Amino acid sequence: MNTPEIEALAQREYKYGFVTEIEQEFAPPGLSEEIIRFISAKKGEPDWMLEWRLRAYRYWKEQYEAGKEPQWAFLPYGYGPIDYQAISYYAAPKQRPESLDEVDPELLATYEKLGIPLEERKWLAGVAVDAVFDSVSVATTFKAELEKHGIIFCSFSEAVRDHAELVQEYIGSVVPHTDNFFAALNSAVFSDGSFVYVPKGVRCPMELSTYFRINAAQTGQFERTLIIADEGSYVSYMEGCTAPMRDENQLHAAVVELVALDDATIKYSTIQNWYPGDEEGHGGIYNFVTKRGACRGARSKISWTQVETGSAITWKYPSCILQGDNSVGEFYSVALTNLRQQADTGTKMIHIGKNTKSTIVSKGISAGRGQNTYRGMVKIMKGAEHARNYTQCDSLLIGDKCGAHTFPYIEVKNRTAKMEHEASTSKIGEDQMFYCQQRGIGMEDAISLIVAGFCKEVFRELPMEFAVEAQKLLSVSLEGSVG
Amino acid sequence: MLEIKNLHVSVEGKKILKGLNLTVNAGEVHSIMGPNGSGKSTLASVLAGRDGYEVTEGQVLYRGEDLLGMAPEERAHEGVFLAFQYPVEIPGVGSIQFLTAALNAIREHRGLEELDALDALKLFKDKIKALHVSDELLGRSVNEGFSGGEKKKNEIFQMAVLEPTLAVLDETDSGLDIDALRIVAEGVNALRSPERAFLVITHYQRLLSYIVPDFVHVLVNGRIVRSGEKELALHLEEYGYAWAGQRDPTGVGSG
Ligand SMILES: Nc1ncnc2c1ncn2[C@@H]1O[C@H](COP(=O)(O)OP(=O)(O)OP(=O)(O)O)[C@@H](O)[C@H]1O
Ligand SMILES: [Mg+2]
Repeated sequence: MNTPEIEALAQREYKYGFVTEIEQEFAPPGLSEEIIRFISAKKGEPDWMLEWRLRAYRYWKEQYEAGKEPQWAFLPYGYGPIDYQAISYYAAPKQRPESLDEVDPELLATYEKLGIPLEERKWLAGVAVDAVFDSVSVATTFKAELEKHGIIFCSFSEAVRDHAELVQEYIGSVVPHTDNFFAALNSAVFSDGSFVYVPKGVRCPMELSTYFRINAAQTGQFERTLIIADEGSYVSYMEGCTAPMRDENQLHAAVVELVALDDATIKYSTIQNWYPGDEEGHGGIYNFVTKRGACRGARSKISWTQVETGSAITWKYPSCILQGDNSVGEFYSVALTNLRQQADTGTKMIHIGKNTKSTIVSKGISAGRGQNTYRGMVKIMKGAEHARNYTQCDSLLIGDKCGAHTFPYIEVKNRTAKMEHEASTSKIGEDQMFYCQQRGIGMEDAISLIVAGFCKEVFRELPMEFAVEAQKLLSVSLEGSVG
Repeated sequence: MLEIKNLHVSVEGKKILKGLNLTVNAGEVHSIMGPNGSGKSTLASVLAGRDGYEVTEGQVLYRGEDLLGMAPEERAHEGVFLAFQYPVEIPGVGSIQFLTAALNAIREHRGLEELDALDALKLFKDKIKALHVSDELLGRSVNEGFSGGEKKKNEIFQMAVLEPTLAVLDETDSGLDIDALRIVAEGVNALRSPERAFLVITHYQRLLSYIVPDFVHVLVNGRIVRSGEKELALHLEEYGYAWAGQRDPTGVGSG
């Protein structure tokens, strides 16, 4: 496709506004300035957004041509090269199955096990759902409630259109496009995502969940999320859902930016269950995510909680920059690798302000031939008087073909810092298993129980509903890992 | 109910049980005594189905069926209970959650309806109260941070809830103070019935004055070298295991 054609398309696009007959349109595979312009035009973006994308693209191209795709993650099985020119960066939605009969029965069986209501199964499996779908009306009710409090919760595209000044001020301010290869890629081509702004002094009255933003839910590949909590506000955001999401796109490169101003708190919970591939490691998502929160204000707090069970490869370090004095960063993580999954995940806590405090609790579970790596960095800068960090890093092995690895980095430039580090690696105890079995609990249930116990400190950080689901999810993900 | 015939068991190539014979009928309480390392816990483990024990010879019938062919959880479903010499800690797993899972697995096998969380909790509270054990234990993770005595009491409490047909108690009295000892004994005595049998492994005659056994067996070096009635325990206390071995060098016990 040449430039005039794209421009023509873009022109036509403007006429119809945002939601048009996208089914008939696509971008050819490959990445170029033209493609970026096409995406931006397609979304009807203002110039500044296009320019921003282009800057990111140019940076990415430099990196790409210099062969600077990051290689430092610990991935013992490696992975095939990613052909960036073979990816379509703006594809029309895939042909949706007409009914559940056309959906992979294995996927449906999993939904059944997770107890997902029938209507939701359809949505998750990508079947076109009709307007009476319950959550749609729920979403509408929610929206009205949020508006009452002045909270903005919308898709990223809408935010670019309707809240340009906020987006412009904060986008890239936590994760600049120069941060890393995949962040640059995302910045250039991001498809959509979520935007949240909570005004001063407002406590968001409900958990915000992408789940309720149905029309924006199918934007997994290059998602971009920006959450701003203004002074004294509070928001809890939940991302993902326990149902396995299948996606034809192998590469996922999301960016999440959080900004907490004075006395604001952001709680960000994730359940990630993208398709993990098969036992030989075929298929499966490459999940290369950049998540970072800036505690800009004094006494602000950002808390990450994640339950990662999906994807063939996970590469993800939700981090906190503790700039404001007395600010607090937390990271609670459960990462499970089974089959031939590889996860390299952890966090960075950068202490800049005085009396800043961070807590890291990481629980890695390896089963099958899964490889699980914790990689964490705690950095105490010169001015961070009386900074404190507590790190606890536990690994649990199920079987003897899997692996657990830990790479904690600590850098302290202020003598008043207090650091605590605890680590453990244990095999799921044969005596624990036998004890359960002797009481009549079968092997798989026993494993679920023991694993849930192991993850308890993380689960209790999750919103109630999510915690119950997460526990179920772990059980399902571990099925067949014993015997 | 339980017939052990010429049982030979090795652990990591080392012979531990060397032709053990024992018959336990419904309604009976048998006590097994014997020096450290003689194979008492090994016997308990083999009966419960723990991995790593190789049966090289012999047979165990439980209610006429081949016990050794069953998975550990099946044995539990069939009513075999082991009070562990060293109860295991399961961090993060709530006692209530654990015991509810166990109880419902067993109930399911017996064709009984699953108990919901509320009914289960009520049952646990009743049972623990009847044993005069603090219900504070219910609010904690399974055995985590329990004192030695609390762990043993917890085993008896679990037994009371699961109502086994054959209960094997491995040194449940060791390390208990006198009140705890009484709790354990009362727990067993309350369950005694014509349908149930108990195998009580102990080093001390003291327990047997609370739980009066029908038979006492002396296990030395992998064999039962002597069997008798409750008085045997008293003689043992007086003369020691060497005496028991001398008096019955063939090692053929009976019960
Ligand atoms: N896993 C094992 N590996 C090696 N040896 C073992 C193992 N388990 C048991 N044994 C050995 O088998 C023998 C019998 O052990 P067992 O635990 O049955 O004794 P016990 O009669 O219960 O002793 P105690 O009165 O001290 O509890 C001991 O010599 C013990 O060291
Ligand atoms: Mg023993």
